[in-house]
Amino acid sequence: MMEKMIVGYADELSVAPGERIRFMVSCEPGVPSYRAEIVRLLSGDTQPDGPGYRDEALPGAASGEYPGRHQPVHAGAFGIVPHHGVFEDLSSLSLQVTVYPTLPEARRACVLSKTDPAGGAGFALWCDPQEGMVLALGDGAGGMRELATGRPLIAKEWYLVQATCDAGSGEVRISQRLLESYARDRSSGTARAGFADRASLSCGAPLLVAAHSRERDRRGRPIPELVFNGRIERPVVASRRLDEAELETLRYGPLPAALRPALCVALDFSREIDSDDIVDISPNRVHGELVNLPIRAVRGSSWTGEEMNFRHAPEHYAAVHFLEDALYDCEWESDFELEVPEGTRSGFYAAKLTSGDQEDHIPFFVRPPRGRATAPLVVIAPTASYMAYANWRSSMENEHGELDYNHLAEIFPEDRYLNLRPELGNSMYDHHADGTGVCYSSRLRPILNFRPKHGSLWQLSADMHLVDWLDSNAIAYDVLTDEDMHAEGVECLRRYRCVMTCTHPEYYSTPMWNALYAYTQGGGRLMYLGGNGFYWRVAFRDDKPGAMEMRRAEDGSRSWIAEPGEYYMAFTGELGGMWWRCGGAPQYLVGNGFVAQGFDFSSYYRRNPDSFDPRAAFIFEGVGSDEIIGDFGLIGGGAAGIELDSYNRGYGTPPHALNLASSEKHTDSYLHVNEDVGHMYLPIGGQDDPAVRADMVFFETPNGGAVFSTGSIGWCSALFHRGYDNNVSRITRNVLDRFLDAAPFDDGD
Amino acid sequence: MPSHYPVDASRTDLARAFRANPFGPHRPELQRIVTRLRWCEVAGRHVLVTRVPHREWVLGRLSGRRGVDIELLEDQVFTSRAEAEWAVFKLRWQAVTGETLDID
Repeated sequence: MMEKMIVGYADELSVAPGERIRFMVSCEPGVPSYRAEIVRLLSGDTQPDGPGYRDEALPGAASGEYPGRHQPVHAGAFGIVPHHGVFEDLSSLSLQVTVYPTLPEARRACVLSKTDPAGGAGFALWCDPQEGMVLALGDGAGGMRELATGRPLIAKEWYLVQATCDAGSGEVRISQRLLESYARDRSSGTARAGFADRASLSCGAPLLVAAHSRERDRRGRPIPELVFNGRIERPVVASRRLDEAELETLRYGPLPAALRPALCVALDFSREIDSDDIVDISPNRVHGELVNLPIRAVRGSSWTGEEMNFRHAPEHYAAVHFLEDALYDCEWESDFELEVPEGTRSGFYAAKLTSGDQEDHIPFFVRPPRGRATAPLVVIAPTASYMAYANWRSSMENEHGELDYNHLAEIFPEDRYLNLRPELGNSMYDHHADGTGVCYSSRLRPILNFRPKHGSLWQLSADMHLVDWLDSNAIAYDVLTDEDMHAEGVECLRRYRCVMTCTHPEYYSTPMWNALYAYTQGGGRLMYLGGNGFYWRVAFRDDKPGAMEMRRAEDGSRSWIAEPGEYYMAFTGELGGMWWRCGGAPQYLVGNGFVAQGFDFSSYYRRNPDSFDPRAAFIFEGVGSDEIIGDFGLIGGGAAGIELDSYNRGYGTPPHALNLASSEKHTDSYLHVNEDVGHMYLPIGGQDDPAVRADMVFFETPNGGAVFSTGSIGWCSALFHRGYDNNVSRITRNVLDRFLDAAPFDDGD
Repeated sequence: MPSHYPVDASRTDLARAFRANPFGPHRPELQRIVTRLRWCEVAGRHVLVTRVPHREWVLGRLSGRRGVDIELLEDQVFTSRAEAEWAVFKLRWQAVTGETLDID
């Protein structure tokens, strides 16, 4: 049985000659060592009819035999507030926190902890499936003594939790109160006991939010365990027993002056939402940080629906959503480094790791030397989209997965490895363990489906068809990534005559979108060789390299749906969701936009009258007027397939755009996208609905530029057919040759 | 919640049509049966686990839980995806109708 035993990731995706990139690797037991080789990727599709896998070694660079070792992953989003003098010599205590558990029935989970479990010191608040909220206090004798409300919490409801420990009276008290008023509710309750005088409350451990810890990682950070799934708002710790009236005054707004001396910390999550910072608004200013990207800009207990943007009413968004399976950075130790040799050709690369029959590829991209172009063509590696799909668990978890494909799901070794390792995190198509949609992704972890030979031809593995075509036709090209375009804007594109996309550039940040638009408006030529591009808006954070955010907001084809009031992205404050709903429909940018998807058979294009316009003559040179285009291909058997885009003036296709060719006769597994279907009706499948089609579009842009768009993910899978001697390859080459020609397109001026 | 479309066990003509062309496209009345049979809970759902890429698969059943491995049915190894589709079709037909499909 094939089992995957070597995985890794790199600290960068895009490096220029002379720059360094580090590779982090983990091996399962039984892999004592592995060989690493840096290769330029030339082709990846290993299916029997495909071009096969080809690479080209980059001699010398970082190649060698390296010892195998296992490196752990510590997933779980939580908060850390460092130990501080205010926590010392505690004899009494008050805790207040508002919680919204999303998986209370699963297992015991920690809401707050500051404990030294071995020493029997400290305090913690737990959420227990049977006992409800539990206060645990150090007993000074190596253990923790507990008091529970005895009332299980209901999932997805807000509770005010208060606990006190009064050394003077000896009383320990804990209460939980459902904030919603339901008839017949029995989930609120209070419990009292008399062991406060024997409690040992002080220890040197940090205060953890949503986690408990007994061990530290190699950097000294607590390793989270029993992470709380759900939302936590405004944790407050005080050094004396506060009565209910006093506690009530601490729930919202500024802290009352009279209570300030009693406070250890009061953590206001409505502050610095665009960061990892936890702000302590007590006079002690014991600020902390969030780890592994818990979700911010989520509704708190006081959200009313009057405000949808967290920046307009941060007090309505005073909660953080913690998650047991969130992950930002594995933080593995580096196993080897590469300094990209000067003169290295720009392209798709990988560190190829082999040991016996084991193999892994860690892809990365070599860009041209900074500030230079080494070819007139640049291919944009859609790294934002690669990240969105990173560690996609759909084939093993999607309730309707088999219905999408209309055949049995195939589980590749990488999928099986991923299934066994929840700690490697999720794609933006998945749900967290508590059912919450995944709105952050990271590339600082092994990404099992970001591999050139992956059996599912999707994203990088499908993009290898284009790389193969470019290489086999000796076409010179540079490569830049989405992250390069995000960071450098149009400047990095202006050096090129032509920009070419890959098969599915679906996720775009605002700077990326602006860069591409400015490029086409400035006389650049854009070849969009994919489908469902420029669809979702995403955000990056300068201080969080490798992380990306998106919200599956009000509309669009969505694997999960953002909660009401949570459409704005924490990273930037921008409205998330579809670019169409953010004022930048793909039709406006590239002439066509997502209209249908299906996953069984691909189809072909037939020329439209616009294709005979003299403006388009160069595109169809050598293609007959009745010629069927692309009735072949390695994905579904046709060039028009998987996800389709169409011409649509209503969404913003430029009025002078030519609708050159359209696909037809798609199967009923191809369905018209829901954002177009305002009112439900039966015939939205490919056999009935004429909207289900790909449109090939061309238009000129100001200053002599032009855009050519195929509107199909399947397009590039047809390039290889008959040794690249086919009409998909010919049209692509016709367009490329003209787009590389300096002669300006006639923009009408 | 699976589809509630009833599968008529007497329609072995439709089963034979699936056998002849397991990947479709299917005519509407067969597609509705196929949809019914494919629409099942994640836990226990049959999947094809790659054993040799593009050449050999072993039938598996999803655990429905992260961290819990796929159950491999080692006596159900296929070198043809079409044969695997047919084998699972028969298993599901029996599970839904209670009747065995006596077709090779």
